[in-house]
Amino acid sequence: MSQVPTEMQAEPTPAEIKQSRVYQQWGLTQAEYEQICQHLDRLPNYTETGLFAAMWSEHCSYKKSKPVLKRFWSQNDRVIQGPGEGAGVIDIGDGQAVVFKAESHNHPSAVEPYEGAATGVGGILRDIFSMGAQPIAVLDSLRFGEVNDNYTKHLVDQVIAGIAGYGNAIGIPTVGGEIAFDDVYKGNPLVNVMAVGTLDQADLHVGKARGTGNKILYVGAATGRDGIHGATFASSDFESETEQDRSAVQVGDPFLEKLVMDATIQAVRQFGSDVVGIQDMGAAGLVSSSAEMAGKAGNGVHLNLDRVPQRETNMTPYELMLSESQERMLLVVKPEALERVAKLFTDAGLSAVEIGTVTDDGRYQLQFHGQTVTDVEVNYLVTPPKQHQAERVPHRLETEDRTQYQPQIEDSSATLMQLLGQSTIASKAGLFRHFDSMVRTDTVIRPGGDAALVRVTGTNKGLALTTDISGRYTYLDPEIGGARAVVEASQNITVTGATPIGITDCLNFGDPDDPEVYYELDHASRGINSLAQRLNTPIISGNVSLYNEMDGQPIYPTPMVGMVGLLQDVHQATTSFVKQAGDLVYLIGTPGPDFNGSELQKLQTGTIHGRLRPADADQAADLQALVRDQILAGNINAAHDVAEGGLAVTLAEMTFTTPFSLDVQVNCPVAWTFAETPSVFAVTVPVARQAEFEQEARNRAQYLGRVTDNAAFRLQATDQTIRLDKAAMQQHDQEALTWQLNH
Amino acid sequence: MKAAVVQFPGSNCDVDLVKALKQFDVAVDVVSHQQTDVFDYDALFLPGGFSFGDYLRSGAIARFSPIMTTVKQAAAAGKTVVGICNGFQILTEAGLLPGQLMQNETPGFICDQVGIEIENPATRFTKAYDRTEITLPVAHGEGRYYADEATVAQLNAQHQVVLRYQTNVNGSSDRIAGIMNEAGNVFGLMPHPERAVESLLGNADGQGFFRSLLVPVNVH
Repeated sequence: MSQVPTEMQAEPTPAEIKQSRVYQQWGLTQAEYEQICQHLDRLPNYTETGLFAAMWSEHCSYKKSKPVLKRFWSQNDRVIQGPGEGAGVIDIGDGQAVVFKAESHNHPSAVEPYEGAATGVGGILRDIFSMGAQPIAVLDSLRFGEVNDNYTKHLVDQVIAGIAGYGNAIGIPTVGGEIAFDDVYKGNPLVNVMAVGTLDQADLHVGKARGTGNKILYVGAATGRDGIHGATFASSDFESETEQDRSAVQVGDPFLEKLVMDATIQAVRQFGSDVVGIQDMGAAGLVSSSAEMAGKAGNGVHLNLDRVPQRETNMTPYELMLSESQERMLLVVKPEALERVAKLFTDAGLSAVEIGTVTDDGRYQLQFHGQTVTDVEVNYLVTPPKQHQAERVPHRLETEDRTQYQPQIEDSSATLMQLLGQSTIASKAGLFRHFDSMVRTDTVIRPGGDAALVRVTGTNKGLALTTDISGRYTYLDPEIGGARAVVEASQNITVTGATPIGITDCLNFGDPDDPEVYYELDHASRGINSLAQRLNTPIISGNVSLYNEMDGQPIYPTPMVGMVGLLQDVHQATTSFVKQAGDLVYLIGTPGPDFNGSELQKLQTGTIHGRLRPADADQAADLQALVRDQILAGNINAAHDVAEGGLAVTLAEMTFTTPFSLDVQVNCPVAWTFAETPSVFAVTVPVARQAEFEQEARNRAQYLGRVTDNAAFRLQATDQTIRLDKAAMQQHDQEALTWQLNH
Repeated sequence: MKAAVVQFPGSNCDVDLVKALKQFDVAVDVVSHQQTDVFDYDALFLPGGFSFGDYLRSGAIARFSPIMTTVKQAAAAGKTVVGICNGFQILTEAGLLPGQLMQNETPGFICDQVGIEIENPATRFTKAYDRTEITLPVAHGEGRYYADEATVAQLNAQHQVVLRYQTNVNGSSDRIAGIMNEAGNVFGLMPHPERAVESLLGNADGQGFFRSLLVPVNVH
């Protein structure tokens, strides 16, 4: 080999790498390193070692979670593209499709909350438009510590600002999501972002480097030294004592990404099949996008790194390949169209440079200053060795008492007021207000409802969108918790009138090398999977975020379920708010004494404990179908499902922001109206529709009372009656969280 | 009416404005900020968004776009020129309207439906309204209208204040939400009437704005 390029002279030699074991800091185990040496029949150089460390990280390869993910059911006759691409794709009829995926940005958000959250939005949007789709909506699921400390308040403020700063500027509405607070997330907040897009099925593109001789076109921002080793950063635990790795966080530029997004969508529409493959440069940037595209197509790829647009000087191959600079995309383009496609991007003021060629030799080859600095097998690079994770039933599950917590309710009116003021239950309107939820003028139901509803432009169709998390339930019982996340999401879709059609997920868990954590991951995904199959909602995309720990303390096992529902005619949709005085209030489903893991248990004991009653999948499917059918028949004009805080909170929320109140009676102890039983709905029925509704609902619904225009809210149970001034109750709910954040 | 919606890099309400104008059967084209020949159009619209990312100060870069020379000529010729949100910011930066838009009094982006008083119902932008209290969406982080006292007094005296917030959502001088120039053909406003033309989306109070524009005016 000729002389080492100047830029690379400071890098350790292969022998020094072996001796210093620097790869271990990057997440490669000793066994993995040795396996690589054996496979190459030589020692890997600095660049190659970095590439393997990134590609074999959990974040890129899912090597530890794969056995769990492989189980996910992802096929039905609607599914056009399942897991393994930028995002999943589901048929919504008329040659159109919905494209969606969720992703976590937990670690970057913990150390740089504004940029962490902002680049979370940017990254997931690239996953959507890399499929050729037009992004139409963003949702967020956020978890923070309790709002009683200043650092958490800072995190809330900055994460919200980061999501707003990016989403508002790029012009994709943030239409929903949810926010909750628990002490376990104090050192490790969760920032999960879901993005949704639509496309004409003819425009669908996937990330495959097909066709020998096709060109690799780099478009978007130039590469800088930011975000190097972001993927391995996401694959390790936090320790409060050591310096948190800010260099692994990238800086987002929504303006630039808007240009990239618009140009990419235009390229797809204008050049169709001349653009063979598209993938965004997300985690592990240039290496993961190019190697994955080549790997999926069974091809090789040769790149000339001298051509990579560079923002900084003297960058090394290692830095160029591992940078996670934002707003960059990789396109595979037929040679004859290369110039025209590139021009479209340069006209928009973006870099567009051919940096390599698709080959048939199966090699991943990098040239730098005339030298080959990497030469490995693509397939080997993208396929880390299989891992077997040990699992063990968490100790707490073996010792936990199965009986339900028995709450003492002395003043049920006061209890309802307290629950409405709990940070997790209280209105999030003050936070959602920072998000532009209306841009693109298709948002039918804005943040604050059970699910958001977005019209498919130019049609009457609507997509109902929700993200839901069941961390507390999953902590008490991983399998039931996973199932309940799906039940909750599908209930939220259902109450708009839409039919759930698909799922994406973010699996936020602790360190998978802890057998108890791995058990949680395994069993939570079993629960998700069984309900997904029962409700006919295939799991078409998703993301795994492991190592969510601070000083060895894992977060609650927290699966987030993002769900999409389809409504043929948006005009048939309903919301959770009561519509007119005189309407009849019904309860669908049966509340039981489900207090373990509830907001009430947390309120009264400061903690959650005990086991859960299983989620009844058949009952969930049956009652959801009833609610949906009755909404579409016009017999229900307001529907809200029972979630945190129980039926009493549900009923109260239905009156908020309306001029109305409720006067209702339930045939159970008042405590049960604070229980969190799944598959329970409150609905209102216009008097003229009563007979028809009752005939269809039969014994599945019970009459509770009426919508009134009184100032008083009245909920009578067998032992106590809740009586509250509705306006005061509403004000408390609307202002509680803002007050907590400001004091 | 033949209208042009000017697309600056970073505009993101251009599509919404086109959608709304089409709903009122206006012939509308999207034109690039680099275009200089837009003399055929009766009305020019500068849409909301984040032109050039608005990293410096909202509208501060966009005002140097080639099209702004033409926009000024069109304004001087008495054609209708409307800037909504970022468009309003660009119009003030370009000196077509007095004052400036500053960061909201309580920093942070606000997206909400707010009560608006139509202060001057006799303009070419408001004449079709049959009431003076409406609700319009706002979505901005730099929407606080500021002008010195003398300018505000003059705006009030000359009936150039077209829209006022019922509750001062962003700390604007004298609750100003939208103003026009002295000639009455250039209008800048922070609220988004184009987001409020379909009852399906929860608000149709923006319709009066578009209907007003369709009432013929004398162009000299």
